[in-house]
Amino acid sequence: MSRDTPQTGPVQPETQTVTTDQVTTAPSPGKRRKQKEGKPASLWSDAWHDLRRRPMFIMSLVLIAILMVMAFWPSLFTSINPLDARTCELATARQGPSTGHIFGRDNQGCDVYARTIYGAKNSILIGVTTTIITAIVGGLLGLIAGSRGGVVDTVSSRVTEVFFAIPMILGALLITATFRGQDMGIWIVVMALAVLSWPMTFRIMRAAVITARSQDFVVAARALGASQGRIMFRHLLPNALAPVIVVATINLGGFIAAEAALSFLGVGVQPPDISWGLMIADARSRFLEAPLPLVFPAVFLSITVLAFIMLGDAVRDALDPKLR
Amino acid sequence: MATKGERILEVRDLVKHFPLTQGIMFKKQIGAIKAVDGVSFTLDKGETLGIVGESGCGKSTLAKLLMALERPTSGSVMINGRDMARAKGGELKRMRRNIQMVMQDPYTSLNPRMTVGDIVGEPFDIHTEVAPKGDRSRRVQELLEVVGLNPDHINRYPHQFSGGQRQRIGIARGLALQPEIIVCDEPVSALDVSIQAQVINLLERLQNEFNLAYIFIAHDLSVVRHISDRVGVMYLGKFVELGKDVEIYDKPAHPYTQALLSAVPVPDPEGREQRERIILQGDPPSPANPPSGCRFRTRCWKAQEICAEEEPLLQIRPGTQHESACHFAETHDVVHVG
Repeated sequence: MSRDTPQTGPVQPETQTVTTDQVTTAPSPGKRRKQKEGKPASLWSDAWHDLRRRPMFIMSLVLIAILMVMAFWPSLFTSINPLDARTCELATARQGPSTGHIFGRDNQGCDVYARTIYGAKNSILIGVTTTIITAIVGGLLGLIAGSRGGVVDTVSSRVTEVFFAIPMILGALLITATFRGQDMGIWIVVMALAVLSWPMTFRIMRAAVITARSQDFVVAARALGASQGRIMFRHLLPNALAPVIVVATINLGGFIAAEAALSFLGVGVQPPDISWGLMIADARSRFLEAPLPLVFPAVFLSITVLAFIMLGDAVRDALDPKLR
Repeated sequence: MATKGERILEVRDLVKHFPLTQGIMFKKQIGAIKAVDGVSFTLDKGETLGIVGESGCGKSTLAKLLMALERPTSGSVMINGRDMARAKGGELKRMRRNIQMVMQDPYTSLNPRMTVGDIVGEPFDIHTEVAPKGDRSRRVQELLEVVGLNPDHINRYPHQFSGGQRQRIGIARGLALQPEIIVCDEPVSALDVSIQAQVINLLERLQNEFNLAYIFIAHDLSVVRHISDRVGVMYLGKFVELGKDVEIYDKPAHPYTQALLSAVPVPDPEGREQRERIILQGDPPSPANPPSGCRFRTRCWKAQEICAEEEPLLQIRPGTQHESACHFAETHDVVHVG
């Protein structure tokens, strides 16, 4: 068939065109989900259908559920209340695991298991809320800056550069120290960490949006007369979300660790309150003598971070139709 | 609704200069890329105007100007008597219903995270007055059927389709609002040769069915000849020749058109022996600093002093029946076939 002699009329009969189409369609019937009649699919509903059968998603959800129960109803897991100083015996400090104290005892002679369970609340709250705030604030501003461009982009990018110039711990120290008298509990830590880390999410989102913006489907949407909001939320956001999800879930562990550093420096969560970061910082000095008081909260911290990274990974994959 | 033959698009003296700036804080304009520099043409209902020219001659910028994706530096784009280039807000949105686009690359022109049903149905979401809500999925399925796709595939994603099928999806999206004009910006150049023919045939069938007018931009002269009623040849942001397809292809008057046509591959070995090959020297000059007078004079074998001094206007010249922009225009059949 030659295209170079087009003056000879239709090059190929239309009927044949249709057949070719049906042949070249790769249906892969085994992988495709049967759709109910009259119920159109969308990215989010397809992603949800896909997520429900992903073992990684189920596993991460179960883990997160257990951690949440642990955080809000710690007495379900242990009969010892570590906030009560009477449960600690200095004489038994750094004792190994024994009946009733399966994780052993820490430097103060307190039960490591009970403290790990009770520490979940502060650590998870700080990690999760900081992550959510940075993802929403940084993501939204990045989306606006990336899709608007021009002056909005220049101004917001310069502002984030100011925040980048502030060292994380020093800045957090400054903020927490300033608001120390306000008795805001862990929320001051959340605020300090969020204020200093949203620029990271902002930059990633902005870069991803700028990449997506130059693609033809955005031009096509503009040619259709789509509003700025529709282009941002229907076209740019779904195509720029993946790297933000990945970085946000990885950062979650970083926030829990940063809270530990702040506690160690005397701001943030303070004894007798408990957090994993505080426990790790506390056990670090005697790690060679008694490694277990450090190992157990660290393992719980790792499991939490892992659960959220798995969740983020599963969501990211489900939102990419090519990976389904 | 306009009947066939009625004028629906009139482009007059369209100019688009992209400023060249220098400096970071205080931007200073040091020049301009003259991407489109004074283009005028008309388009009738149901007609196809092919626009050809080499890379960088301003074809795609012209398409963007027609779609009001770029605002012209000056000039007007009149659609049914109203100026698209000056329209804003709700008026512009309404006018967009009448002019739609099929894009070049079927791999980037469809949002990979939207189902085919959402992509083809998006025009109805934006222009809610076109189709009542309950009617939309039926309309989408009809559109898919019209372009030769299986209407049951609305829940699939673009990556599950081949290049040709994706281009059909793009065409279905363009048709959704029932426009009178479709701007096709190199709609087949990213496709395999065999698929190109299918898509071209589809476009022709749709033209007959819906009485569409096409602006068909391409660099492939054979494809343009096949589909076009009239052809405009662009060089450095200007039309150098504009006329009916037979006039342009069999009696080209402008030396640039003659050179272009002499480069078209001829499938017939004997025809190949007959035709002459005009090989142009050098590259097209920069659109930031085009030559004085006739823009083609730096590469033209006919160029004389007048070409540098006086710009040849696009008009009907003695001895020819169509418009050309050359002081020394004379028809000359380069291809000797057909």
